[in-house]
Amino acid sequence: MTLILYLLAGGCLVASAISSREKTVKSLKKAWKSFANIVPAFFAVLLLVSFSVAFLPERVIASLIGEESGFVGQLLASVLGSLTLIPGFIAFPMAKILVESGAGIAQMAVFVSTLMMVGVATAPLEASFFGWRATLLRNAMAYCYSFVVGYVVWMAVAV
Amino acid sequence: MNASQILGRWRSPLISLLLVLPLGVWRPELGKSALLLLGENILMVMGILPPVFILLGLFDTWVPRERVAPHMGDGSGAKGTVLSVLLGACSAGPLYIAFPVAEVMLRKGTSLRNVFVFIGAWSTMRIPMILFEIQNLGAVFGLTRYCVSLVGILLMALLLDRLLDAAEKKRIVARFQAE
Repeated sequence: MTLILYLLAGGCLVASAISSREKTVKSLKKAWKSFANIVPAFFAVLLLVSFSVAFLPERVIASLIGEESGFVGQLLASVLGSLTLIPGFIAFPMAKILVESGAGIAQMAVFVSTLMMVGVATAPLEASFFGWRATLLRNAMAYCYSFVVGYVVWMAVAV
Repeated sequence: MNASQILGRWRSPLISLLLVLPLGVWRPELGKSALLLLGENILMVMGILPPVFILLGLFDTWVPRERVAPHMGDGSGAKGTVLSVLLGACSAGPLYIAFPVAEVMLRKGTSLRNVFVFIGAWSTMRIPMILFEIQNLGAVFGLTRYCVSLVGILLMALLLDRLLDAAEKKRIVARFQAE
């Protein structure tokens, strides 16, 4: 995946350089500027990601959001999903283990959904682009909607 | 750039560091594995970022606003929405990379509603991720969540567009029109 991106970027860069050296330099300057602007925020996010993955072992989460945990379990799942930032390639195998070790389906769907759509740790970064009002609105709506997702997925899996 | 500017720019990682530091002191062995993970994550993200930003920079200088706005701007209708969903779904990488992409889309005249559709699709509808999800949690779980999320994304973008007043929207869009 990353290789494709590099090939694509390299190819476009060469094509651009052939057509117009001036525009290419301008593009690279823009690229560098937005890159430099965003790097500190990425560090903050990555720091929080790494610690939330390391400090929340699967069995702790599974014990919190079991099948019998009901709505309280869903609330806990939503809080965990919103606060933590676990990338998909770690989250899904983990979710599988969680379900196998007793986590509820509805709770799991709420967890996965908030994990993807709600980001407390990324909120400052999001707000630097869209402003706080839009950021808070989007995250609040996504948070509430995650319970809808949990309910529908639970029903679908149950039948 | 002077020291206070650098400090201001690096404020958010410093705050995060202060947040996680007590955890590391409390359980040093977990803190150590967190640091290892941090190293891996930094390498991974720094690996994807350069081509993404180069492509964004090239797109920004080469593709004029007039080429994008009719397809994804106000009045682009269902076509704009479908395009935004597809763009988000075909993307790669974590959500926080979507924000700089959204910035360039806004600058090229994409409507705010479509940008929110794009952000939503990026967050929950990425194709490599749904395949992985099905593999791990089963087709019923994955596909149901995918479809319900799509409905939610469209609804939320519509609502966001309605709930933000005109002044706020103008402010968001204007920030990116500076150059």
